[in-house]
Amino acid sequence: MSSPALSILPRQPAPRGESFPLQPLLHLDSLWIQVAGTSCNLRCTHCFVSAGPGEDRHALMARAEVQRHVAQGLALGVKEFYFTGGEPFVHPEMLDILADTLPHGPCTLLTNGTLFTERRLEELRRLGGGARFSLEIRVSLDGPGPEEHDTFRGRGAFARTLEGLLALEHHGLLPIVTATQGPGDDALELRERYVRMLREAGLRRPRLKLLPLFRLGREAARTRGYQAVETLADLPPESIDPARLQCSSCRAVTSRGVFVCPLLVDEPAARMGRTLGESLGAFRLAHGACFTCYVTGMTCGNA
Amino acid sequence: MVRLAAFGGVYSNHLALAAVLEDIERRGADRVWCLGDLGGFGPHPDRAAEILRGAGISMLRGNYDDSIGNDRADCACGYTDPRDNGFAQISYDYTVARTSSDHKAWMRGLPERHRIEAEGRRLLLCHGSPRRVNEFLWESACSDAFLEWLCDRHEADVILCTHTGIPWHRALPSGRHVVNVGAIGRPANDGRTGVWYAGLELDGGLEVEFRPVAYDHEALALEMEAERLPAEFAETIRTGWWTTCLENLPVRERRRGRH
Ligand code: SF4
Ligand code: SF4
Ligand SMILES: [Fe+2]
Repeated sequence: MSSPALSILPRQPAPRGESFPLQPLLHLDSLWIQVAGTSCNLRCTHCFVSAGPGEDRHALMARAEVQRHVAQGLALGVKEFYFTGGEPFVHPEMLDILADTLPHGPCTLLTNGTLFTERRLEELRRLGGGARFSLEIRVSLDGPGPEEHDTFRGRGAFARTLEGLLALEHHGLLPIVTATQGPGDDALELRERYVRMLREAGLRRPRLKLLPLFRLGREAARTRGYQAVETLADLPPESIDPARLQCSSCRAVTSRGVFVCPLLVDEPAARMGRTLGESLGAFRLAHGACFTCYVTGMTCGNA
Repeated sequence: MVRLAAFGGVYSNHLALAAVLEDIERRGADRVWCLGDLGGFGPHPDRAAEILRGAGISMLRGNYDDSIGNDRADCACGYTDPRDNGFAQISYDYTVARTSSDHKAWMRGLPERHRIEAEGRRLLLCHGSPRRVNEFLWESACSDAFLEWLCDRHEADVILCTHTGIPWHRALPSGRHVVNVGAIGRPANDGRTGVWYAGLELDGGLEVEFRPVAYDHEALALEMEAERLPAEFAETIRTGWWTTCLENLPVRERRRGRH
C-alpha cells in the first residue's frame, strides 16, 4: 500500500546507522483498532494523530473489517480491545461495533467526550451493564480548568467534556479521565488537582490516568519534535526490559495496515504488515517516542 | 477425589488467617496452599508468618514476599496511580521494617509457581499470572481467548492465582479453568467485613466453592490504629469497601464497590 500523505508529517531524523534495541512481541494483549481513522469533530492543536474534520489519512474502518481484525486477534489470544480515532463517535456504526466485540472481550473506547447523545448514553449503559467484560470509556482533558483545555481544543470544549463526563457517570459508566503529565509535573499533586476539580464539577467517583507528553503529530509541529539526544540508540540490551514497553504486548490496526503501537500510526517504518498475522515480528525502537516510553515506563492501556 | 484449599493475599491479617485455617481444618482438605503475599496492609507482619509456618502450610512467593525477602525498595504490586503507590509504600515501609530476618530468608526461598497433577488434571498454582508475578487477572478484563492462551502456553488445565483481591472462577470453552482464589487480608470490596478463600474438589469434574469467613475484624482495625497505619485501611476492614489501591480496578469491578 502506498502512503503519500504520510510524508507531509513531521518525521524524526533518519537513523544514522546506530543500533537500536530490537523489541519482540511477547504476546498480543491489547489490540488497538483505529475505527474512526483520523476523523474527528475537533481539530486540537496538540493532537498526536493530527486528526480533524475531513482528515482522511486513515479512513473510517468498515464494521466487517473490524470484525475481521477482532477475530484474528482472538485467534491469537488477545486479552482486550481499544477503539480510537480520531473520535470513535464520528463512526456511524460505533455502537454496533461495540455490540459485536464486547461479548468476546473487554473494550475501551477513547473519546473526546463531546458527542454523547441521550440515545448513545442509554445504549452504552445497556451494553456495559449487560456484558461479562468491562466497557471502559476514556475521556481526555488537557488541564484541570478550561484555560488550557480550550486553548488546545477550541472554546467551550472543556464545559462540553465535563458535561459528557457527568452524563457518563450518571449512566453508570464511570469514565476514566486521561490527562497529560509534563516532565516537570509531580504525579500525585497533578492527580489531586484533577480529582478535586472533577469532584467540584459534580463527579462522585473520578478515575484518572496520567499519560506523558508525546512529541508526535500536531504536538511536534506546535512545540517541537524529538531531538537527536532523545533516542535509544546504542542502549545496552540489558538495560531494557522488553515487558515494560507496551509494544511487547500490543499492535494497532488502521485502514492502512497494522502498526507496532497506537502512537506510531503515522510512521511508515512502524507499519508491520497488512494483517495481524504479518505483524508479529520484532520492531527496532528507533523513534523518539520510544525514548518517552522508555523513560516513563508508561502504557497507553488503562492500567 | 482430591480436595484442595487455596487462599492468597494474607496482607498481615493474622486474625483472618487463623480463622481461615480453622475453617479449612473443620471442612477438611488434602492439600492447602497459600498463593503468596503474606505481608502488607495489616499490622505486626511476623504474627501471620508465625501462624502460617507453624501450621506447615505451603506457600508461593508473591511479589510482596519477593520484595520483603530481598529487602527491595517497594512491594512491586504494579500499581500505576500515584495515590495508590503512596499508600502501598506506607504499608511496605512498615512491613519491611518489622519482618524478622528469619522470615525474610524463608520468603526468599519460596517457589514462584507450583504444579499439581490430580485426577488427570494439570493444576498450575501461581501468584499474579503464570507469566508474571504481579500481573492483575481481573475477571472482567480477561477475554476467554486470553485465558485459553495462558492455559496452552503454560500447559495447565486449571490455573490458580490471586494478587487482585477479588475471587472469581471461569470455566473456559475448552473445559479448562481459571480460578482467582481472592485474598484473605482485606475484604473483597463487596461491603462485607468477612473474607473469601477457595475450596476445590476434583474428581471427574472440578467444583470450585468460594467460602466466606468471618473473623474479629474490629480487633484487627484497632490493632491497625494502634500501629498508626492509615485510617483509610482501618475503614476498609470495618466496612468491606476498598478505599485505597483501587484505581486499577476495571469498571465492572469498580462499579460494584463504593469508592
Ligand atoms: S486530540 Fe482527540 S479530540 Fe483532539 S483532534 Fe485529536 S483525536 Fe480529536
Ligand atoms: S513508541 Fe513506545 S510503544 Fe511505540 S514502538 Fe516505541 S517504545 Fe514501543
Ligand atoms: Fe500480589
